Amino acid sequence: MGQTFSEKVLGKKAGRRVRAGDVITVSPDFYLSHDNASAIISEFRKLGLKNVKAPEKIVIILDHIVPAAAEKYAQNHKTIREFVAEQKIPNFFDIQHGVCHQVFSEASFALPGKVIMGSDSHTTTYGAFGAFSAGVGRTEVASIWATDEIWLRVPETLEIGLEGKFARGVSAKDVILKIIGDHGADRANYMAVEFTGPAAGNFSLASRMTLANMAAEMGAKNGYFEPDDRTLEWLKKRARTDYEIIKSDPDAGYEATLTYDISKVEPQVACPHTVDNVKPVAAVEGTKFHQALLGTCTNGRMEDLEMAAKILKGRKIHSQIRALVLPASREVYLEALKKGIMEVLSEAGCVILNPGCGPCLGAHEGILAPGEVVLSTSNRNFKGRMGSRDSEIYLASPATVAASALAGKITDPRKYL
Amino acid sequence: MTKGRVWKYGDDVNTDVIFPGKYTYVLMEPAEMAKHALEDLDPEFAASVRPGDVIVAGKNFGCGSSREQAAACLKFAGVQAVVAKSFARIYFRNAINLGLPVCQSIEASEHLKTGDEVEIDFAAGKIIVGDKVYAFPPLPDSVIGILAAGGLIEYTKIKIGKK
Repeated sequence: MGQTFSEKVLGKKAGRRVRAGDVITVSPDFYLSHDNASAIISEFRKLGLKNVKAPEKIVIILDHIVPAAAEKYAQNHKTIREFVAEQKIPNFFDIQHGVCHQVFSEASFALPGKVIMGSDSHTTTYGAFGAFSAGVGRTEVASIWATDEIWLRVPETLEIGLEGKFARGVSAKDVILKIIGDHGADRANYMAVEFTGPAAGNFSLASRMTLANMAAEMGAKNGYFEPDDRTLEWLKKRARTDYEIIKSDPDAGYEATLTYDISKVEPQVACPHTVDNVKPVAAVEGTKFHQALLGTCTNGRMEDLEMAAKILKGRKIHSQIRALVLPASREVYLEALKKGIMEVLSEAGCVILNPGCGPCLGAHEGILAPGEVVLSTSNRNFKGRMGSRDSEIYLASPATVAASALAGKITDPRKYL
Repeated sequence: MTKGRVWKYGDDVNTDVIFPGKYTYVLMEPAEMAKHALEDLDPEFAASVRPGDVIVAGKNFGCGSSREQAAACLKFAGVQAVVAKSFARIYFRNAINLGLPVCQSIEASEHLKTGDEVEIDFAAGKIIVGDKVYAFPPLPDSVIGILAAGGLIEYTKIKIGKK
């Protein structure tokens, strides 16, 4: 039997042939952290070391609460900037850049065949580029800073085969919500997920990022798309270091294979308070909400903003809705500006926020009061996540969020396309 | 062995309800973190939990964010262990790294209820309630050393010769 991508890439790092279930120690290629670097720094200090082992592998991107919303956050950022200078960490991205997962990808640390650990659960995103990337906790990253090593269990792999073409008004977000709704928030716990099949190859890199990002919501350790011409085209302009394309063998052993004909997927909505509480939009049509959020590391890229602008152009957001737009990065923001997308969104009545995590994790820029409801393109709808424990979060695609913001209630986007 | 009371919860207890995101970028003292433990799941918990108490939950405990305060706040609240049908991957690592024991037992998860008095024998892999005993599998070798050292920071200190 052949090997999966994860077995191959981790075997290469371990220097021997490995199988799912093996426990190995590896030296990652890059380790990401964000605002929680300040907590990592305090753990690192406990180790009694003067210097981190490999400063060139550390990537720190401030995104969670940017610009600082209160003195305590400002102090966190200051601590991080001082540490970056002290340790001569070359890859530091201050508050102007955007969400870490988008910025990390644009700056081309997300490369095929790399092993990347990050102190953020959505580190799975870089599988869109054929990397092995997994989230870990802060203490774990402090230990990596000290040793340049981490133990990993080689994961089993769940294959998700995608075929067909998107129906009108349907996008990658609907597909991943459908998969999570069908199989549950723990279907891929401890596992790798490989997205395969002809449709996966037709997905834009932005759409691949949406799927790999939300693989975390199935419990996955990492997500993966096989690099192809689209990936190479992206890398041609951006890659600054060598990389190696690693693919699963045709006879790789998968834990299971799920298949989806995406042409049969309708717009989906994840209802409160779990990501796997998914229904077709028709089942919740008419549900009232107060705030719309378009953006984040899940759906804040050009294709997402363009889709929303297509629906919102020349129209006005419903008077009872506050619509927030959160571009994933400064690069996305600039491109959307140049293409006139921001103008369309602003004229429709949207509030354009600075690139970053914004209200997604409930720390600033659009917190919910008791009894309020948000319809969001983000990736998590846990109770209390975006504010009051008595608020509610629905998750949907950019098209559904834009159309619903016009209607003032959850609405099928196909009516507006 | 310490006797503790069971606090029983359901499936998919996520990191946001264990420790809300709005607190995660504020460096908090242990006692302060303990005060917010399980705030959005069970507002009674933090005020009433006693040292040695045990959390018993269903599948996928700790799903969601990588924030390790979701493990730390329970430890600081005095919880001696979490028993669940299964743990989310990052939570499992974080708990071990911070020295919060996690026990996987479908049977115990199904039978134990809030208020039960339990004792846990970690060496033998047993959860004892009255005359009933539920076994749980030993932790993988790869992590036993980390727990034995008292968590990943202490373990790493030994590894790099700072202890």
